[in-house]
Amino acid sequence: MSLVLIALLPFAGALLPALMIRAGRNACALSTGAVTLTALVLLLAEAPAVLNGEVVQNRFDWVPLLGLQATFFLDGLGLFFAGLILTIGLLIILYARFYLSKDDPMGQFYVFLLLFQGAMVGIVLSDNILLLLVFWELTSLSSFLLIGYWKHLPEGRQGARMALAVTGGGGLAMIAGMLILGDIAGSYDLTTILQQREAIQASPLYLPALVLILLGCFTKSAQFPFHFWLPHAMAAPTPVSAYLHSATMVKAGLFLMARMWPVLAGTEAWFYLVATTGLVTLVVGAGIALFKDDLKALLAYSTVSHLGLVTMLLGFGTPMAAVAAVFHILNHATFKAALFMTAGIIDHETHTRDIKRLGGLAGLMPVTATIGIVAALSMAGVAPLNGFISKEMMLEEALHTPWAGNPWILPALVALGALLSAAYSFRFVAHVFLGPKRDDYPHHPHDPPTGMWLAPALLVAAVVAIGLLPALVAGPLVALTAGAVIGGPLPDYYLSLWHGLTPALGVSLLAVLGGLVLLWRHRPLEAWWLALPRPEAKRLFDRGVEAAATICQRTTEALHDGSLRRYLAILVTAVLLVGGGAFLQGGHGAGTRPMLTAPVLPVLAWALLVGACLSLVLLHRNRLLALIATSVVGLTVSMAFIYLSAPDLALTQISVEVVTTILLLLALNLLPKRTPLDSSLPRRSRDGLLAVLSGLGAGALAFAFMTRDFETISDYHLAQSYPGGGGTNVVNVILVDFRGFDTFGEIIVLGIASLAIFALLDGALHGPALRRLSNWQPDQRRAQDLHPLMLVVATRVMLPLSIMVGLYIFLRGHNSPGGGFIAGLVVAIALLMQYMASGFAWAQQRMQLNYHGVMAAGVIIAGLTGIGAWLAGRPFLTSDFGYVTIPPLEKFELATAMGFDVGVFLTVVGSVMLALANLSRVFRRTEGPVSDRPMDIDPSLDPRTAGRS
Amino acid sequence: MELLVASGIGAMTAAGVYLLLRARTFPVIIGVALLSYAVNVFLFATGRLAVHRPPVISDDAAGYTDPLPQALVLTAIVISFGMTALVTILALRAYLECGTDAVDTPELDATAQEWGIQTGPAGEAAEAERR
Repeated sequence: MSLVLIALLPFAGALLPALMIRAGRNACALSTGAVTLTALVLLLAEAPAVLNGEVVQNRFDWVPLLGLQATFFLDGLGLFFAGLILTIGLLIILYARFYLSKDDPMGQFYVFLLLFQGAMVGIVLSDNILLLLVFWELTSLSSFLLIGYWKHLPEGRQGARMALAVTGGGGLAMIAGMLILGDIAGSYDLTTILQQREAIQASPLYLPALVLILLGCFTKSAQFPFHFWLPHAMAAPTPVSAYLHSATMVKAGLFLMARMWPVLAGTEAWFYLVATTGLVTLVVGAGIALFKDDLKALLAYSTVSHLGLVTMLLGFGTPMAAVAAVFHILNHATFKAALFMTAGIIDHETHTRDIKRLGGLAGLMPVTATIGIVAALSMAGVAPLNGFISKEMMLEEALHTPWAGNPWILPALVALGALLSAAYSFRFVAHVFLGPKRDDYPHHPHDPPTGMWLAPALLVAAVVAIGLLPALVAGPLVALTAGAVIGGPLPDYYLSLWHGLTPALGVSLLAVLGGLVLLWRHRPLEAWWLALPRPEAKRLFDRGVEAAATICQRTTEALHDGSLRRYLAILVTAVLLVGGGAFLQGGHGAGTRPMLTAPVLPVLAWALLVGACLSLVLLHRNRLLALIATSVVGLTVSMAFIYLSAPDLALTQISVEVVTTILLLLALNLLPKRTPLDSSLPRRSRDGLLAVLSGLGAGALAFAFMTRDFETISDYHLAQSYPGGGGTNVVNVILVDFRGFDTFGEIIVLGIASLAIFALLDGALHGPALRRLSNWQPDQRRAQDLHPLMLVVATRVMLPLSIMVGLYIFLRGHNSPGGGFIAGLVVAIALLMQYMASGFAWAQQRMQLNYHGVMAAGVIIAGLTGIGAWLAGRPFLTSDFGYVTIPPLEKFELATAMGFDVGVFLTVVGSVMLALANLSRVFRRTEGPVSDRPMDIDPSLDPRTAGRS
Repeated sequence: MELLVASGIGAMTAAGVYLLLRARTFPVIIGVALLSYAVNVFLFATGRLAVHRPPVISDDAAGYTDPLPQALVLTAIVISFGMTALVTILALRAYLECGTDAVDTPELDATAQEWGIQTGPAGEAAEAERR
C-alpha cells in the first residue's frame, strides 16, 4: 500500500501549504518540506527490498472494464527516479523559501509544486500505462501552472501556453501509441508488456506505436525540433526552472524511453529515430547555448543539449550505452540544478541575468562563485568531476558506433558537441565570475543568506563526491538502475576517473582545448552568429497557432452563423445521410408478419391526416388555418390510438390537444397572424426535398419494423400488473408502479418547464417587452362582447361537471383507462375555460390558488410516497395495496400507487395552470380598461354605472 | 393497416421537417408539434398494431397489445406538450423583446448597432481602453 501512498501523498499534501501560509512563510515551506520528506522516507523504506532485487507491487482495480488498474511498482529505475524527484524537490523547497519575494503568493507556489511532484512520482511508479498517461498529462498541467506562476508577466503566460501546447500535443500522440502498445501486448500492465519484446517488435504496428510514443517523449524532453518550448519556459521562477527544466519533468521523456528500453530498443528504427534525434539535439542545443547572453537561456539550451546526449545514448540500444545514460541522468541532475540555482542567486543579488552586464563576481560573492564554477566545470566535462566520467563513457560508446555504415560521422559530431558544451561552460565561468570587478551592476552583489546557497552547495558536494569516488558513491545506484533499464545482465564496466590513455580521453582533451579556443575567440564568433539567418521558433509557433485559430474560427462561423434554419438543415441532412448509409449497407427484404386489414373508417382517417398535413404545408402562412390543420392532425392521431387499442393514449392526446390549441391561440393573439413569404423558390425546393426524404425514411422505417415479429419484455408487466401492482390497467400500473421512477422524473421535468415559462412571462413585464405590450394595437377587428354570455354560462355550468369527470377518471385510472395525467389535464382545462370566458382579472380573483405551491405539493407527495417504501424496508417507490370498505361505498382498492398518482395529478394541474394563467396575465397588459365583471357586452360601457344611472 | 400508419408517420414527418425549416417562429413551433406527433406514433408502433386488444386485464379479453410502448408514449405526449409550451412562450417573449419573429439571428453588425456596440477597429480600441 505504501507505493500508492508515496504517489498520492504530494497530492493530498498539496492542501497543506495553502492552509499553512496563514501561519507564515516558514510554516508554509516547512509543511511542504514535511510532505516531501515523508514521501521520501516511505520510499527509502522500500529501498532495501529493491536493492535485494525484488520488485515491490501494489494494485487495486480502478476501472477494470477499460483495463485501467491503479497499479504501482517499484524497481531500480523507479527507485532511482523517485529518489531523484523527491530529493531534489526537498532542496528546491528549501531554496524557494528564500528565493520567492514577499509579494509572491508562496502558498500557491508550493501547492503547484506538490501537485507537480505527485504527478512525477506517479509517472515513475505506475505499473499501468493508462495510469502513467494520466500522471503524464498531470505533469503537463501542473507545469503549466508553475511556468505561468508570475501571472503578470506576458512572457510567463505565453511560455506556459507554449509548453502546454507542445508537451500536451506530444502527450496526445503518446496516448495513441500506448493504446496500440497495450493492444499488441494484450495488457496495459507495464510488467507484462516488458516481457513481450519479441511479440511487440514483430508486430506490424510496432513502428506506428514507436513513433507515437517517441513523439510524446521527444516533446516532453525538448528534443529537436520540439526543443523551442524549453527556453521560453524559463520565464518561470528559477526554482521551477531548476526543478522542472533540469532535474525532473524534462527527464520524464528520458525515463519513459528507459522504461520502454527492454521492449522497444535494439531495432534499426529505434536506433535511427532516437540516436539521430539525440545527436542533432546535442549539437544544435550546445551551439545555440554558446551565443545566449541570458544566464537561464544559456542553461536552458545546455539542458536541451544534455537531454539530447542521454537520448542518443538510449538510442544506441547497447547495454553499455544504457549504463552511461543512467549515470549521466544522475550527474546532469546534480550539476544542472545547482547551476540553475546559482543563476537564480545571481539574478536575485545583481538584478540581472545578462552575461554582458556581469563578470568579476568571484571576489564579490565567493561562495556562490565556488558553487557555480565547480558545477560549470562538471558540465564542461572537466576531471575530476562527475560530468567528466559520464562524458567519457558516452564518448567511448560513440566512438564505436557507425551511423548508416559511416564510422566517422557520429564520433565527429559528438566531438563537436562536446567541444561546444565545454565552450559555453567556460563562458559561464569566465564571463560571470572571472575578470575584473565592475562598478555598473544594477544592484551591488554579495553572497545570499545560507538558506539560499545551502541547496546548491549540497548538490555540488555530490558532484565532487561522485567525481572522486564514483564506484563508492554512485556505483550501487547506477548498477541497480541500469539493471532495471536493461532488464538483463549488466555489461562489464567499472566507474572510475582513470581508464588509461583511451581515444575517449583524447577527444575529451581536444574538447576542453577547443572550448578554451572558442572562449578566446567568442567575440568575432558571436558577430558571425548574429549575422546568420536563424528561424525564430516562437514566431513560427505563434504563426502556427494563429493559423489554427483562424481555421477554427472560419469553420465555426461557417457552421454556426446564427441561422437556426441552417443548423436544422445540417442536422436533417446528417440524419438522412447516416440513415441512408445504414440502409444501403444493410440487407433489406419484405417483412413476414401478417398485416392487419384496413376497413373503410381508418382509410378515411388516413385521408384526413394526409390531407391536413398537405394543407399545412400549402397554407401554413395563414396561421389560424395552420392551427386548425394541426388540431385535425392531433385529433386523427387520437382516433388512431383508440382504434389501435390504446385508450389511455387517446385520452391523453385529446386533452393535451385541447390545452395546446388554447395555448397556441393565446400566443397567436399577440403574434402576427400571417407568415410573410421570405424564402426563395430554390430554398423552398431544397427544404421540400429534405422533408420528403425525411418522410420517406421515417415511414419506411416504421413500415419495416411493423411488418416484423418481435420479442417483448411486456409479458412480465401483463402477468404482474394485477397480482403485483393491484391494477388491471397495465399502462397505468407501469406508469405509477413498474416504471414509477421514470414518471417521477418526468413530472419534475414538466414542473421545470412551467417554471421556465413563468420566468419567461414574468420577465416580459419589464423593459422593451412591456413597452411593446402597453402600446399594443389589436391587428384585427375585435368582437364587441369581450366575455360572451353563452361561453360564460356554459363554462360555469361545466365546471363542477368537468371536475367530477376529472376525479372519476383519476379514481378509475388504476383499473380502466385514465389516471393522474389525464385527470390533471381535464381539470386544468375546466379551470382554464374560466379564464377564457371571463378574463384574467375576474378568474384570478376567484381562484386564489398558488400554482407554484400546487405543483410543488405534487412533486413532494409523489416523492414522499416513494420514500414511504423505505419505512417498510423496501426500495424507493415500491408500492403496496389493499382493499377497504367504507360504507356506504362499495369495497374499493387503496394502493400506495394512488398517492403517487395524486402527486402526478397535482403537478400536471399546477404546471398547466401556472403556464397558461401567466400567459393571460401578460395579455392583461394589452387591454385598456379592465373589467372584472363575469360577462359584459361593451367594455366601453361599464354596466355598473349604466345600472345605477 | 400498417401501410396506412407508416405513410401517416411519413406524412407528419415530412410536413414537420418542412415547417421546421421555415424562417418564422410560428411555423417552426407547428413543425415541432407535428414531429412530436410523428415520433409518438412511431414509438407507439414499435409495440406493433393490434385492434381490440387494449392492455386492460379482464377475464374475457382475447389478448393484449404491448403496454410498454404505450406507457412510454403517454409520458412522451405530456413532455412534448411541455416542450411545445416552452418554445411557444420563448417565441412570444422573443417577439415582444425584438419586435420580429424571425428565427435567424440578424447580421451581427445590425444587432450590434441596435445594442449600441461598436464593432471593427474602433470597437476593439474602445474595448482595449475599457480594460
